[in-house]
Amino acid sequence: MSHLTVRIWRGADEGEFQDFSVPMRENQTVLDVVSEVQRTQDQSLSYRFACRVGVCGSCAMMVNGKPRWTCRTHIRSLKSSVVTIAPLRNMPRIKDLVTDMSGFIDKWGRAGNVFESQRDRGDAPALVDPSSPMRKVADAAIECINCGVCHAACDVVSWNDAYLGPAALNRAWSLVNDERHSGKKETMMAAMGDGGCGNCHSQGNCMAACPIGLSPTRSIAGLKKMSLMSLLGGSDA
Amino acid sequence: MPNPMFEMRLYLLQRLTAILMLPMVIGHLATIMYATRSELTAASILERTQSSPWLVVFYTGFVILVSIHAPLGLRKIMGEWLRVSPKLANRISVLLFLGFLGLGLRGVWALTGGTMS
Repeated sequence: MSHLTVRIWRGADEGEFQDFSVPMRENQTVLDVVSEVQRTQDQSLSYRFACRVGVCGSCAMMVNGKPRWTCRTHIRSLKSSVVTIAPLRNMPRIKDLVTDMSGFIDKWGRAGNVFESQRDRGDAPALVDPSSPMRKVADAAIECINCGVCHAACDVVSWNDAYLGPAALNRAWSLVNDERHSGKKETMMAAMGDGGCGNCHSQGNCMAACPIGLSPTRSIAGLKKMSLMSLLGGSDA
Repeated sequence: MPNPMFEMRLYLLQRLTAILMLPMVIGHLATIMYATRSELTAASILERTQSSPWLVVFYTGFVILVSIHAPLGLRKIMGEWLRVSPKLANRISVLLFLGFLGLGLRGVWALTGGTMS
């Protein structure tokens, strides 16, 4: 049976790659390989996963330099006998393949991503027309599950600590297009302020890397357009 | 910056100047072709360009737009690629703005028949 060389990051921000050899199998994902190393070779290896089937988004890592869901990445598709696995980029490293995602999550908050409603439980549920243009735009961005892959893919995030990043701004875009959201002005102010949508270079790495095919690039372009219109219109949001 | 919209306003300014400059760049290239179609000496070029007041208006506007647009782009490059602090990048950008504006307007002044000295 032929073997696969797996180079796995060990340590935190300071550390080094450690090589392991794992049997090559007919069907095996990158997550299978990491699990096999942890179970059969080094039980101290730390990594995250939960569902194993592309639902939860917890197993995101850098695979051969690209951020990916390891459970949805077949070794065969990499077409390489050496696989390098590192923790997600643009996040502090805790241990081995585990990153500290709190900064990433904090940016979601800083982008004004708190839903606010003027309604209460006594009111009937809001009627939202699924075919309305605003709802279609919101729906196109809403399936994001915070896996952090786009955040790791973004070069602007790596250059500019203040930049909120594609995931947070994508969420802001779905929120400002949610007709039930009453804090639209606050969300816009946060999403277009310092660290906001104006920093995006439209490189599209987020869109290329998103495991479920969302386009934060398009969402951010929408925010840019909306913010330009509002500034040209003389108001701040 | 105290105003959270400061960055957004600069962003808007840069985009607007880009839109306005697009046709002007084409006009500038056309002017270069026109001004350099024969002899390449300052005197012969000035002879062709000095007679037009439109060129003065055109280039005064162009110089102002470039002086705003270019330092804003360089300011971002300084921050993102060279890790220059925001305060220093702002200061350098203001100096670049003044430098581009001064040199550019001096060039326009020469176009009107002012001396080149």
